[in-house]
Amino acid sequence: MLVAAILKEDGEVDMVTLGLIINPIAGVGGRAGLKGSDGEDIQKLALARGGTLEAGAKAEVALSELVDLKEEIRFLAQPGAMGGDVLEKLGFSYQAVESSSAPSSASPSDAAVTSAEDTVEAALQMAAAGVDLLVFAGGDGTARDIYRTVGLSVPCVGIPAGVKIHSAVYANNPKSAGQVIRRFCANPSTASMVESEVMDLDEDLVRQNIVEAKLYGYLTVPRMQNLMQQAKASARFSAHDIEGIASEIADLMQAKAENTVYIFGTGGTTYKVMEHLGLQGSLLGVDVVAQDGRRRIVLADASETELYECVKDAGEVVLIVTAIGGQGHIFGRGNQQISPRVIRLVERDNLWIVSAAEKIYGLEDNTLHVDTSDPELDCELSGYRKVITGWQERIVCKVEA
Amino acid sequence: MDQDYKKLLRNFHQARWDEPIIFEMSTPGERGVLVPAASAEVQAAVGDEAAIIPESLRRKAKPALPEVGQMRVNRHYMRLSQQTLGNDVSVDIGQGTCTMKYSPKVQEHLVRSNPDIADIHPLQDESTMQGLLQIYHETEKYMKEISGMDAFSFQPGGGAHAIYTNALIVRNYFEDKGEDRDEIVTTIFSHPADAGAPATCGYKVIDLMQDNELGYPTLEAFKEALSEKTAAVFITNPEDTGIFNPRIAEYVQAAHDVGALAVYDQANVNGIMGITRAKEAGFDLIHYNLHKTFSSPHGGMGPGVGALGATRELEPYLPVPQVKFDGEKYYLDCGLEKTVGKVRSFFGNAAILVRVYMWIRSLGPEGIREAALCSVLNNQYTVKKVSAIPGVTMYYADGIRRIEQCRYSWEQLKEDTGLGTEDVTRRLVDYGMEHYWQSHHPHIVPEPFTLEPTESYSKKDLDEFIAVLQQISWEAYNDPDIIRTAPHNAPVHGIKNYYETDPEKIMCSWRQYLKKTAK
Repeated sequence: MLVAAILKEDGEVDMVTLGLIINPIAGVGGRAGLKGSDGEDIQKLALARGGTLEAGAKAEVALSELVDLKEEIRFLAQPGAMGGDVLEKLGFSYQAVESSSAPSSASPSDAAVTSAEDTVEAALQMAAAGVDLLVFAGGDGTARDIYRTVGLSVPCVGIPAGVKIHSAVYANNPKSAGQVIRRFCANPSTASMVESEVMDLDEDLVRQNIVEAKLYGYLTVPRMQNLMQQAKASARFSAHDIEGIASEIADLMQAKAENTVYIFGTGGTTYKVMEHLGLQGSLLGVDVVAQDGRRRIVLADASETELYECVKDAGEVVLIVTAIGGQGHIFGRGNQQISPRVIRLVERDNLWIVSAAEKIYGLEDNTLHVDTSDPELDCELSGYRKVITGWQERIVCKVEA
Repeated sequence: MDQDYKKLLRNFHQARWDEPIIFEMSTPGERGVLVPAASAEVQAAVGDEAAIIPESLRRKAKPALPEVGQMRVNRHYMRLSQQTLGNDVSVDIGQGTCTMKYSPKVQEHLVRSNPDIADIHPLQDESTMQGLLQIYHETEKYMKEISGMDAFSFQPGGGAHAIYTNALIVRNYFEDKGEDRDEIVTTIFSHPADAGAPATCGYKVIDLMQDNELGYPTLEAFKEALSEKTAAVFITNPEDTGIFNPRIAEYVQAAHDVGALAVYDQANVNGIMGITRAKEAGFDLIHYNLHKTFSSPHGGMGPGVGALGATRELEPYLPVPQVKFDGEKYYLDCGLEKTVGKVRSFFGNAAILVRVYMWIRSLGPEGIREAALCSVLNNQYTVKKVSAIPGVTMYYADGIRRIEQCRYSWEQLKEDTGLGTEDVTRRLVDYGMEHYWQSHHPHIVPEPFTLEPTESYSKKDLDEFIAVLQQISWEAYNDPDIIRTAPHNAPVHGIKNYYETDPEKIMCSWRQYLKKTAK
């Protein structure tokens, strides 16, 4: 209530007010191969496994798109890792929302003590203050927290920073998020809005290879087709498609040298393909397969470090990834284990993108996306690529950051 | 009540005869025809007729054909015909991509009644069917002029058959050159047979998605698909969406640059005949669906002709026989050295050639060009009117004109009312319109429908069809139940959007029906 009063006194109606909430712990489980970052135990384990805090850096990339609008934007944020640090770094002024428990710096140990309640409290205050747009950086868990606090009442934009992003309330990548915010700020009252899904997986089930995305609610987000993600399409592909893709992969593997290793990325498609190849892969994990002599999994459900160590000296590395649902992300969603240094070991022709044709048809902007967190690599991966959609079938698809 | 001329809507109602299936009408002993015994002369020449058929091929039991008298048969099929809609009774501009047009009845009279056409047997001596062979030869000349190609074959019995034959030619051509090329490239809005027929021929298929602004794939994407493995590109232009790629020659050049052939699917050339030619775009092989663009009654399963055009370089690969003229007489030539062989019995669907010949002769070069212009004009009018109907949107290439057809979407209607393209098409019948064509697969445009108002239709026809769509849109927003329970004025009411996928419930013949219902 205090913040609202301050805004009124200022009386500057032309300024756009943005609320910023960073969930600093979001994404920490990704590089550690933990399928998510929900729950304190997992977060601790992630940090112990060398997981790094990247949500702040991702918010920084997004907000960098706005630095020339400094005079026209007012921020509300909690001091410290949940927003204030990034804003200060970029030179934005902001008004602090009060919180009893907000940490004051971005050091891992402090960030790790933030909780869902901090997000909720901040969102509550920002909604009460009447922000024009609530910007948050996180994953599906963060989106759920925002939803249960503000519902459809406040326009929102998500900066993707989590491991799992099934919710359609996130931009394609942090840079796109910045562009969405920028376009929104140009005309906050007339921007076209849409109610988009907040979805999440049950992380405990996922660790047992059971994927069940659940719809939790909706947030109001700007309708910007090429910048905002689409909710992940349900896996509607038929067994026929998968069999065809598996046969094609088998044919391609046949033609490779014996000392080639194969990294199978996360997702239902690659999981099923492995099944057809007689391998029990991990559904949301990354597996490494060799076929010198006998086709077998040499490393299952690998973390980034394990993965890199396993393949770095191989004769040739083939990387098999799939597009994640309607978003069409091939890197940077649920497969952060496949890090830039791993991807750089793979020659262009050895990146095999597999997908049911239906999924490609369903991409709103006809584009597959990459968000490796390395802009240079994203750039190298961009362009037109052949996607394997069946036995002897390809669709050429555009890849973009 | 007559047609409401203000609203253009008819108070239509179709016959409902509640007819049984002909097998159910069977009465033992009832006969349509009593076949006379063979004459003594024939009997003497043949001897024991049963002995002609080898023992192993002889039936053990008589065929279970329905036993029905002529009058009842006639009445049965007349009644069934009253329960259908088609080109002669309905404004069927809804059959987009099918190029439905008026096929003058005089063509039918000649084909059916002129003994020089109707009574020809394909095995009779060439000297006794010079007229028909001349029609073949002259029609080929016209096709060469319209396309710029150097030679034609009229052997394939339809569009997909022509595409398959083109794929055979491509395969033989590269085998002769000793080049190992096993991929073909096509686009998502080309006819599905452009992917399917070459795949049947053993080719790997690389498909290209459209660029949303252009409506067709970018040249950059196209080049990415091409390589030293590409045997040919198989593309349609204008595509299913009605969007024309004006840079097509550059796409063809890109294919040639990697040593591939370019195959042009011109099944429907209605909007561009007499205006732009395949030769100038650089294509090596093409095909026209004569039954579509060049006027012949057609529906599912033919009869049709996929006229296949080739450059001089590829002419030696054409199917045989070819109709040739030596200055004095016309003859069938089977001597092409590299021919892919015979792709159909005898010399194709001759009756279609006769109709096409008459159509071209009656229009002349100017008339053909005018037909194209008219079809494009009709489409511009239709696009303008239909795209303004609440609930209708158009995908891709905003502000770019469609050529002779257009793929629309009821996506907005579905979002607003829950009623989509299948609901609309069921209701169409209540106003005397055939159901429309939605889209080839895959349905990338959501809730699609495709309209193609060819040159045959008057402004009144178009206005009536558009008025029906407007009415249905209004009903969807204001009286949705009438659509949910449609059709009301057709022989069958309240058809559900329903597809049977259980093989046990799919019955394609009376025999299957008996077998599966007996269980």
